[in-house]
Amino acid sequence: MSDMRTPLSRVRGLGSAKKGTEHFFMQRVTALANIPLTLFLVGALVVHAGSDYATMTAFLGNPFIGLIMLLLIVSAVYHMRLGLQVVIEDYIHGEASKLLALIANQFFAFTICVACILAVLKLVIG
Amino acid sequence: MTDQTTRARPLSPHIQIYRWTLTMMLSILHRATGVALYAGTVLLAWWLLAAATGPEAYAQVKTVSSAWYGRLVLFGYSWALFHHMFGGLRHFIWDTGRGFDLKHVEIIARLTSLLPLILTAGVWVAAYAYLGAF
Repeated sequence: MSDMRTPLSRVRGLGSAKKGTEHFFMQRVTALANIPLTLFLVGALVVHAGSDYATMTAFLGNPFIGLIMLLLIVSAVYHMRLGLQVVIEDYIHGEASKLLALIANQFFAFTICVACILAVLKLVIG
Repeated sequence: MTDQTTRARPLSPHIQIYRWTLTMMLSILHRATGVALYAGTVLLAWWLLAAATGPEAYAQVKTVSSAWYGRLVLFGYSWALFHHMFGGLRHFIWDTGRGFDLKHVEIIARLTSLLPLILTAGVWVAAYAYLGAF
């Protein structure tokens, strides 16, 4: 029986990336984690919408609050990075611009993640 | 070989062809709120970095977040979070293979558009009434 693959596929010689359902699975895992974490963030935003500096830093400096904030940052950034990747792949069709957008997505997500972690660590550890 | 990949293929009609439905709007809104929340993390980073930097930097955040436009952004931010969360819950239901029949799709669509609005309003009414968010 002849090869079912397209000529283009055969020329490229690329098999499966062996990543399978990782994107989908991690998108759902982070989505699940984001539910309680996001509810916490909304609560924190609302309670502290008008807080002064001392109240806010005391709140964010609490190690338990800091832990939740760190989990939220990592989970939310992971989730949004996966999400925007799909949006880019759906709407940007030029290979070069798509690649640039995908790299920009990575850079943005990691920068936000590290910046937020740095801030929380400084608030908790001092 | 190249004509196999570049030949014009028949395309399905795009969204403007169809009658506007709630489920279409929710699909688009789920993506739109997702992208908005993505951009909104800049505000989260600004808030945290300002608090970590010092009183002057934090005072700038407080000035903006206390102003009417800042409150409008925070209100929109919380709605986007709730809306995207309920959109995600809808996808979790679908992930189990349930809720695909038209009747349940419609019911879930109505719930996922109304509940975020009610929750957002409720949270902010509570914030202004009991917690002194002014």
